[in-house]
Amino acid sequence: MKGPARKHGTDMAHLEDQRETIYKVDPEHPATETLPVLRSEELLLNMGPQHPATHGVLKVILDLEGERITKSTVVMGFLHRGVEKLAEYGTYHQFIPHTDRLDYVCAMYNNFAYCRAVEKLMNITVPERAEYLRTIVAEVQRIIGHLFWLGTQALDIGAMTVFFYTFRDREILLDWFDELCGARLTTSWYRIGGVERDFTDSLEDKIRRFLEYFPPKIDEYVVFLEKNRIWLARTVGVAVISAEDALSFGLSGPTLRGSGVDYDLRKYESYGAYPKCEFSVPVGRNGDTYDRYWIRIEEMRESIKIIRQCMEQMPKEGPIMADVPSVTFPPKHRVFTNLESMIQQFKLFSQGFDAPAGEIYCGTEAHKGELGFYIVSTGGGKPYRLKIRSPSFIHMGAFDHMAKGYMIADAVTIFGSYDIVMGECDR
Amino acid sequence: MHPLAQAIQERFPQAVVAVSEWRGDVAVTVTREQVHDVCRYLRDDPAMDFDYMVHVSSVDWPDEEERFEVVWEVYSIRNRHRIRIKTRVPEQDCYVDSLTDIWRGAEFMEREVFDMMGIRFKNHPDLRRILMPDDYDEGWPLRKDFPLQGKGWRDTFDFLNEGAG
Amino acid sequence: MGLIQIGRKHEKDGDLGVITLSLEKAVNWARKGSLWPMTFGLACCAIEMIAAVSSRYDIDRYGAGVFRGSPRQSDVMIVAGTVCRRMAPVIRKIYDQMPEPKYVISMGSCATSGNIYDSYSVVQGVDRFVPVDIYVPGCPPTPEALFDGILKLQDQIMQKRVFTKQPDEVKPPAERTIV
Repeated sequence: MKGPARKHGTDMAHLEDQRETIYKVDPEHPATETLPVLRSEELLLNMGPQHPATHGVLKVILDLEGERITKSTVVMGFLHRGVEKLAEYGTYHQFIPHTDRLDYVCAMYNNFAYCRAVEKLMNITVPERAEYLRTIVAEVQRIIGHLFWLGTQALDIGAMTVFFYTFRDREILLDWFDELCGARLTTSWYRIGGVERDFTDSLEDKIRRFLEYFPPKIDEYVVFLEKNRIWLARTVGVAVISAEDALSFGLSGPTLRGSGVDYDLRKYESYGAYPKCEFSVPVGRNGDTYDRYWIRIEEMRESIKIIRQCMEQMPKEGPIMADVPSVTFPPKHRVFTNLESMIQQFKLFSQGFDAPAGEIYCGTEAHKGELGFYIVSTGGGKPYRLKIRSPSFIHMGAFDHMAKGYMIADAVTIFGSYDIVMGECDR
Repeated sequence: MHPLAQAIQERFPQAVVAVSEWRGDVAVTVTREQVHDVCRYLRDDPAMDFDYMVHVSSVDWPDEEERFEVVWEVYSIRNRHRIRIKTRVPEQDCYVDSLTDIWRGAEFMEREVFDMMGIRFKNHPDLRRILMPDDYDEGWPLRKDFPLQGKGWRDTFDFLNEGAG
Repeated sequence: MGLIQIGRKHEKDGDLGVITLSLEKAVNWARKGSLWPMTFGLACCAIEMIAAVSSRYDIDRYGAGVFRGSPRQSDVMIVAGTVCRRMAPVIRKIYDQMPEPKYVISMGSCATSGNIYDSYSVVQGVDRFVPVDIYVPGCPPTPEALFDGILKLQDQIMQKRVFTKQPDEVKPPAERTIV
């Protein structure tokens, strides 16, 4: 079975000729007609759920003919925690920590997406300084997510050095979140109506210094990878998907943009402080793994641009939470000194706020793709139905289509190039 | 009425049951039998051009006669508009047409709706559970009458009695 | 070095550099200093486990840096993340495949007790079907917390009997003084 054409890579043509010779039956010796020299069967190979390279607990059953994948069946659900059902039993505020643990690599973007959805439901406008703070942190999270992706993708393909370098830079950013909200990974700093805490001066200095420190580091990673023939052979021409198929499958984020479609919710349905920033959206041409990798590298550069612009344009002072006492929490220092604030806090925590009856969908451009929340409310403090539109789950739907005809080693590359996270996929 | 809903109403006058517009979102409820035709029109008509499937969900309204509501949301990249198509499915006759031949992404999303709510999709290429194991027999987790802690499956470890691996 | 603490150094006509200690202590010292974990990241705690492996937190200085993909070659299974009922038979099978002596660290609140996920598919703690030696709480625990767990496991290993029967109760060591 011939695989798709590849620009770089091993030349399989001579092996195909050899195969013809082995299988050819000699007509002068009829006994060999029933006894082929080499018999081949399809092999079912089980990858996972415990596997070092499947980015979480995912099982894939590969139908193989030799080394080539003819069909792949994805079995997921090993991390299904019932989050959508848990949402119906708690208030809207109580769901924010659950969203952290969906895409746990860049946790705060999920908070952002959820808070935006509830703000759309409640028709709340977030103050300007809070919008800028949110956008800066969101882009920092995008960088964190892409650094993690780059490290693990390189590790899977075999370039271990890049892993240590990207994690070094990631640790710098995680320290900021430690300072900002007390946690490194699952942070829950966003609130419905704004953010919990303002930046400190030392944090703003650190951000400014990072903006100078980081762009040469991106060049460093690129130098490690792009001159490496093995990296190019394993990514160029691998896992190609056309724009039409990608749209039909519902792919989004860098996976879709690699195929030439420039769908990015930060431009199409702009939110936060993005309308006030100038940045471009990198779009690929061939729809292969190399394009998706290149897009993520360029997105890191664009994120630096956005952060720089936001830091310059951000108002120096201003409220960080919308002034809607029936929905948003009062500042913490007032809770313990002022009776009205304490009552407000108590009521919001125990009963939640009164949401209007109706349904909304709100999508946000998370670093993996379009993360959306479809919320149905019948009034009251708890959502009636909360559906999470997770990009990883939808990308797994296209895995079979993308893996057909490629080799087992490419299956690992494909997982990495989708950048799936099982917390989001299984919810 | 929103122009998209208007266009669907003009093209399929019997199909549209309700139209709602709230917070900028347009939702059109259509009859179960016409869902497939309406969605094919949405994808193929150049003015509509809905080529991107956003999500497929289901909502359980246990007090109503037609208990389940299946929701499809689609978006058009070129025209930059989005629409939500909804339909109602009764509990006894829990079937609706699958849209996998129109948008391929519907395959996994419809499997999830089947897994969580028990709604079957006709002509789906591979309708089986996706997030719960294939032999999960306690029911449909996201229905309102299903308890949050489940019915005991999470605490039974029958594999321990099978002996060491 | 640590050796000096567990044995007695003999000095005779100068520094011979010979240490005497019981064989049991030597075996335990070797075991605790080369705990090879198995890559068993399930959810968010796996990210912190990966951070513990990378250069800033370097788990290798505790001897536990060699992460094996195969259970047949590993000593400790760090269950990091939410344990769903669907994954439970897999975890148990892998635990059974590990050769003795084997240890289990339950990392994170989800593996310890189910955490905030009191739902139909999450097992409320991995100790319901696998014996656990050390619990490391946190959501997720920082890499330093994981190291604390590994160090406590090392203390536990030093207490174990190798050639004689293990007593029913293993007393934990006196609190380590911090210098």
